[in-house]
Amino acid sequence: MSDANSDDYEKAIHSGGDVASFEERHRAPLERLHNFLHSYPTAAPLMVLAASLVVFGAIADNFFTPFNFSLIIQQVTVIGVLGIAQTLIILTAGIDLSVAAIMVLSSVVMGRLGVTMGLPTGLAILAGFAVGTACGALNGFLVTRFKLPPFIVTLGTWSVFFALNLWYSDAQTVRSQDIDATAPLLKFFGERVGIMGAQFTYGSFLMLGLFGVFWYVLNWTAWGRAVYAIGDDKEAAELAGIRTDRILLSVYAVGGFVCAVAAWIAIGRLGSISPQSFYEGNLDAITAVVIGGTSLFGGRGAIFGTLIGAITVGVFRSGLKLAGVEVLWQEFTVGVLIIVAVAMDQWIRKVSS
Amino acid sequence: MSVDTSVEPILSGRGLTKRYGRVTAMDACDFDLYPGEILAVIGDNGAGKSTLIKALSGAVRPDEGEIRLDGKPMSYANPLEAREHGIETVYQTLALSPALSIVDNMFLGREIRAEGFAGKYLRKLDKAAMRRFAREKLSELGLMTIQNIDQAVETLSGGQRQGVAVARACAFGSKVVILDEPTAALGVKESRRVLDLILDVKKRGLPIVLISHNMPHVFEVADRIHVHRLGKRKAVVDPKKHTMSDAVAMMTGAMEAPPEERTDN
Amino acid sequence: MKRLTTLLASTAVAAAALSGTAAAQNDMIIGLITKTDTNPFFVKMKEGAAEKAEEMGVELRTFAGKYDGDNEAQVEAIESLIAAGAAGILITPSDPAGLADTVKAARDAGLLVIALDTPFDPIDAADATFATDNFKAGELIGQWAAATLEDPENAKIATLDLSEAQVTVDVLRNQGFLQGFGIDVKDVNRMYDEDDPRIVGGDVTQGSPDGGRTAMENLLQLDSGINLIHTINEPAAAGAYEALKAFGLEEQVTIVSVDGGCPGVQDVKGGVIGATSMQFPLKMASMGVEAIVEYAKNGTRPETTEGLDFFNTGVTLVTDSPVEGIESITSDEALEQCWG
Repeated sequence: MSDANSDDYEKAIHSGGDVASFEERHRAPLERLHNFLHSYPTAAPLMVLAASLVVFGAIADNFFTPFNFSLIIQQVTVIGVLGIAQTLIILTAGIDLSVAAIMVLSSVVMGRLGVTMGLPTGLAILAGFAVGTACGALNGFLVTRFKLPPFIVTLGTWSVFFALNLWYSDAQTVRSQDIDATAPLLKFFGERVGIMGAQFTYGSFLMLGLFGVFWYVLNWTAWGRAVYAIGDDKEAAELAGIRTDRILLSVYAVGGFVCAVAAWIAIGRLGSISPQSFYEGNLDAITAVVIGGTSLFGGRGAIFGTLIGAITVGVFRSGLKLAGVEVLWQEFTVGVLIIVAVAMDQWIRKVSS
Repeated sequence: MSVDTSVEPILSGRGLTKRYGRVTAMDACDFDLYPGEILAVIGDNGAGKSTLIKALSGAVRPDEGEIRLDGKPMSYANPLEAREHGIETVYQTLALSPALSIVDNMFLGREIRAEGFAGKYLRKLDKAAMRRFAREKLSELGLMTIQNIDQAVETLSGGQRQGVAVARACAFGSKVVILDEPTAALGVKESRRVLDLILDVKKRGLPIVLISHNMPHVFEVADRIHVHRLGKRKAVVDPKKHTMSDAVAMMTGAMEAPPEERTDN
Repeated sequence: MKRLTTLLASTAVAAAALSGTAAAQNDMIIGLITKTDTNPFFVKMKEGAAEKAEEMGVELRTFAGKYDGDNEAQVEAIESLIAAGAAGILITPSDPAGLADTVKAARDAGLLVIALDTPFDPIDAADATFATDNFKAGELIGQWAAATLEDPENAKIATLDLSEAQVTVDVLRNQGFLQGFGIDVKDVNRMYDEDDPRIVGGDVTQGSPDGGRTAMENLLQLDSGINLIHTINEPAAAGAYEALKAFGLEEQVTIVSVDGGCPGVQDVKGGVIGATSMQFPLKMASMGVEAIVEYAKNGTRPETTEGLDFFNTGVTLVTDSPVEGIESITSDEALEQCWG
């Protein structure tokens, strides 16, 4: 690879031509695909999604309807938002096992303050945001200050936040009817609008909006470029003048905040606030990120890949169900998808070596 | 000697000392870089070259001694501050982010923000301006064979990467550019290309500190050679008056430099 | 290392206690090991055991797994109770088959082992089992549904179960419900092998509201005419109800459930759940403590309920629309006995 490249380099210099196009003339189709996937990280997940839509459209009744699609979007909303937080962190070559625990803790705070204690709902929501951000910041602090691996830090805080949430909630569910009576604003994102037979919740719109916002932030701001640079090569980023620890801390804190937003959306989705919900949410979020083509090694991937990843999982679950396939095969298929996605990532990343 | 050493050095160090426990990595070392020159720094492994370079680029804080830039005493807390004062370093590792594009890499940590509302409140980057600037800098250095500046750095060859790193340093280094082993990882052709690049930079008036193990390369481009040994500057020699084997002998202590070039007493 | 030290220390203490003269009753140790300490069901169990232990002047030590299925933690708990010289152990086994060897070691060491809520596999691995008759719990809500639905012959039934692993409790409730409703369940140890056309399908919920909602949505996509839903527990039922509301179908559907947790009973009162079978975790644990003390004093072993291979701690149907021939209590009455 390096030999071929140095040759190209020389030739390119002497011909004064375009390096990229010069190289492409010599590429075999497979290599060309390789290069294409490398340049467009969302291309592979998009193809998987498109293929699954075609397959399920053919084999499952009632699948290809606007309503079913909107339902899938609703089903992936919470995990999709958690996936945003997870994507930010995975792009820095980290991982956050505590995203769902932060979300549930934030929702419990909102519920306790807004419903059980009867504080103004706005205040309860802000408190939930504050708690989520603080949890994320704690992760970031431990990662940057004590140089602990994110996996270990968040494995620890996952348990810590989960325990705090059970302690604070007394393991009690806040019931739907009680929320309606005292703090209906908590369920705002569960409100629905119908569009041509499809049914969307405000939460779904918020999720799409958040994906847009973070696409902008990652691609059009210095902070976003720094997130990629840190995940790519932290030392290089540091030497290039990025204050990596400061950015990392902010990434975890922003992640925590996004989890708290997910908490508000989750209350709308579930109607109730249960300290025992979404126990596997962190893994589902990681699944969405990985299937979405973001590399677990950091620095590579795109935020919209995560949306595609989350929808793909939703499509598989819905499609298999409608096709009458037994439940355990849903798990099986999602597992296979994860392995395929990670193998693809390994292959795609090889371009650089 | 083509370098005018009667003027004030642009970057100098006096009595720089750095100890790590009982090891003295830098022992009252002096250093001078004059305007417009290429100063090579050579020394055996463990001679303390890299400590000296780190001190100059702000990565290490000397325990004693003084660094002057343009005659003014300087003390940088980190490489960022050194950079803000116009000292740019191209590290051996290049400090590039492979997955990011050429233009992203050039502006890493000092992006240009858009004007008006979008830039001020939405912190939007002015990508067009950054591309324009990057393209300009690359063509100044004859690197515009890289046409697609949005391509990821990892798709470039080693020499091209070095070129991007040097271009970045030159684009922002207003006073001094430090190059750490720029040809160490390259093949013959690519080394040739990088040496030309270094001479190009010199032509544009920027003084360069070149750390290298490669004697032919040093002798080809350097105006003066700083010989580093046992934590201090032993001599500054003129490459035109000495052979490469002389330089190696001085570096290893097998030979003393002529008295007029010795600096350690 | 730390664990070893603790083990050695507690062994020493136990040895000292054993060698002492006439062990006083307040030296007696009883262990309670639950699957987790987060589920309100187990919280209630702990409460019941603690109250009874205090009343009888014995020492209660409690242990729990970190999550449902945490076999390791339960093995360790049993080991440390053996080392501490406990008189007996009350346990809700996370892995009813996997724990059998460790339990045997405890019984060989002279401890009385009582399974609470979840029987061991085989059930006689423990000295006794105090549990809800989960099949009966399912049967009650099935019978109630059959008597309540206008046209049970053309019902469209969905079951929201626990997990794909066909866990005993899950299977018992599901099969009990279907049999109670009058469906041929084929193999009573297997879910999803029925071919009755009235069954639209089943899906798993992990017993949580998020699982309940998604499962319900997917089943409604399969057939929006569903009008009877069996749920593994009340949180899953609450999630399913949210899905029904979103589809505008909450009026056409009857939801039945099992558990009797306070939020669940509230949901019966609020009309979300038609009927639920209430179980009595507090009673299970408190009877368990009594049984161990009894055994330690005079060697009497607990008996099983007639016709069953375990001691039935009872199950009561809670509904505000009682039907003839099925005994039930109202939600208001149930609120006084509920847990969680």
